[in-house]
Amino acid sequence: MSKTTETVRKTLARRYRAEKRFRAYGIASVSIGLLAVVLLFSDIISKGTSGFFETYVQLEVTYDSELLGINDPTDQEQLMFADFSAVIKQSLRQRFPDVEGRTEKRALYSLISNGASYSLRDHIKDNPHLIGTTATMWLLADDDVDVYSKANIATRSETARLSESQQAWISSLEQSGDIDRRFNASLFTHGDSREPELAGLWGAAVGSFFTMLVTVALAFPIGVAAAVYLEEFAPKNKITDFIEVNINNLAAVPSIIFGLLGLAVFIGFFGMPRSVPLVGGIVLTLMTLPTIIISARASIKSVPPSIREAALGLGASKMQVVLHHVLPLALPGMLTGAILGMAQALGETAPLLMIGMVAFIVDVPGGPVSPATVLPVQIYLWADSPETSFVALTSAAIMVLLGFLITMNTFAVILRKRLERRW
Amino acid sequence: METASSINDTSEAPSQKKTASDNTNSTVKVNATGSVPMNETNIEYPDKTVGFPLVDDPKMSMRDVNVFYGDKQAIFDVNLDVGKNEVIALIGPSGCGKSTFLRSLNRMNDTIDTCRVNGEFHLEGDNIYDPRLDVVELRARVGMVFQKPNPFPKSIYDNVAYGPRLHGLANKRYELDQIVESSLRKAGLWDEVKDRLHQPGTGLSGGQQQRLCIARTIAVSPEVVLMDEPCSALDPIATAKIEQLIDELSSQYTIAIVTHSMQQAARVSHRTAYFHLGRLIEVNDTRKVFTAPDHRLTEAYITGRFG
Ligand SMILES: Nc1ncnc2c1ncn2[C@@H]1O[C@H](COP(=O)(O)OP(=O)(O)O)[C@@H](O)[C@H]1O
Ligand SMILES: [Mg+2]
Repeated sequence: MSKTTETVRKTLARRYRAEKRFRAYGIASVSIGLLAVVLLFSDIISKGTSGFFETYVQLEVTYDSELLGINDPTDQEQLMFADFSAVIKQSLRQRFPDVEGRTEKRALYSLISNGASYSLRDHIKDNPHLIGTTATMWLLADDDVDVYSKANIATRSETARLSESQQAWISSLEQSGDIDRRFNASLFTHGDSREPELAGLWGAAVGSFFTMLVTVALAFPIGVAAAVYLEEFAPKNKITDFIEVNINNLAAVPSIIFGLLGLAVFIGFFGMPRSVPLVGGIVLTLMTLPTIIISARASIKSVPPSIREAALGLGASKMQVVLHHVLPLALPGMLTGAILGMAQALGETAPLLMIGMVAFIVDVPGGPVSPATVLPVQIYLWADSPETSFVALTSAAIMVLLGFLITMNTFAVILRKRLERRW
Repeated sequence: METASSINDTSEAPSQKKTASDNTNSTVKVNATGSVPMNETNIEYPDKTVGFPLVDDPKMSMRDVNVFYGDKQAIFDVNLDVGKNEVIALIGPSGCGKSTFLRSLNRMNDTIDTCRVNGEFHLEGDNIYDPRLDVVELRARVGMVFQKPNPFPKSIYDNVAYGPRLHGLANKRYELDQIVESSLRKAGLWDEVKDRLHQPGTGLSGGQQQRLCIARTIAVSPEVVLMDEPCSALDPIATAKIEQLIDELSSQYTIAIVTHSMQQAARVSHRTAYFHLGRLIEVNDTRKVFTAPDHRLTEAYITGRFG
């Protein structure tokens, strides 16, 4: 054996050990990251799943026209003012005839949500002939009942916000199979509400939609135009260097600063309304522009210069080169960047708080200039609410938001894969 | 610098029109030391290009060409004519300015910010660098084929049709079809691609791609075709096809081809111009350059002493 071989062998073991250690560090880091994701998701999912379901109570409902105060069920105005809660109260009294006294009765009535009377009204609106008849109906339960009935049976009485008699009524309903959990449709159809069982995400989702619409309509064309100009037309000199540095700086500005800017300039100076998606969209445009410009420039740069030369060599003008070749080839990359920028904007809260999109808004916004809130702000609002039911709703809302974000990011990844395959 | 060269060139230009006997005089002088091994210190540059850089009735004529990249000069006082329907090969060690010179013929150097071109360039009597002459028109008349095949990531048809569409050469669909077919035929590619005209041009082999690029260039019926090392990325079989193609095209087009392969220059060109460190050393009939070059730098290059 030669001397070199001997020396090499001696160091070899040490090298292998170093390599193993290095790999172990890597695996450990990846595991920590994965663990964090798993913890986050399991926490959110475990808390949030119940938010997608609501508790309903089955009762015999008699549509007594006298109690309702209706003599013509096709008259919309009469329906509007009809007292459906009286009908519900009557059904409850019939179900639990032993209940006496005002406080006890009020406790009984509070088992059913205020919203139940609206669903009865809608039901009669569609079926006016039911007036005067009796039917079994599933009525939305109050959020305290919801929490109680979803909780662990063994321990629920300790944490319950219900009186003992209320708990007894629920047990009786449960035994007769008159309590059921159903899909929480109001989460996806209603605006916000003080009543957790009636609160929905739809208002915030529509608000987010209008805000994103404004953002994408402004940020994409402006960002692409800026990127094309900087890459293809601007002379390379001190001024363009300065602009480049500042675009990168802009990307690092904390988002709340953009909110303050929006408050001062768009609302303060230009007098735009508060709490509207239009202003939110403009503020988020300022925030996402750098992301879009930077990614658009990168994808323009990745178009091979040989393509440009080929077109120029055939007599294409600079603008034709850009329109015929550079833009179509760079588009997937630009869209990827735009989607990532949009995903970032969709999850943004701080700047929108500054421009008043944090208001409690019940109505689903009708356009970019009607008051609205957005999904992450809705999460913030719900997380801040005292009712126990909002815990589950908050997590459910987080799941919905994450669903949107994951969809957008997946789409961006797919687009990027497409781009890579090109050459 | 510029004034000095222009004085120099006014005295030089007429003398270059002189006959062969005048040129042989100068070559004898330089060739006398041909046996000395060459290195950068003892290279002698001729005062002017030896051989016959100029021709009667040229297609393109270039006078007093100096090209700079920023402060760095890449081409020094080059005078050269390109004859009608001739294939002229530009050879020389890499970095000697062949591409730079070639690209100045259709103003492709305009696209490089730092690049500055001085001199007179004429295409059939039209001043190429005249600000009134549109570069679009010039590039339609002087087409270019690049080193690396660079088809657009579009269909084969759209690749060839791009130039004619750009310049509005065809009004009707069938006219465009005709141009595409005849260009592909001239490029010797028609039979190979006629069944897949609407598949992407980037799916072809390297040699086919380069012939597609040639078809794309001749689709606008240029007068001159510039080729910058068109075979350097291709295998020998594809190279042979392109060389044959160049030979066929020379009946209709004037071709200037840069090549680093001396065999290729010898096979395809009528005249050969030898560049060295930005200077045009020698221009002669190709056969003469490769059998009995006038200048010892040329000789050193073709015998492989540097490259
Ligand atoms: N875009 C450019 N910017 C600056 N210098 C360049 C550029 N292109 C070429 N050069 C320089 O000009 C000289 C000639 O280059 P080139 O014409 O490409 O040579 P060749 O094609 O003969 O190999 C080289 O020294 C090269 O470094
Ligand atoms: Mg070159």
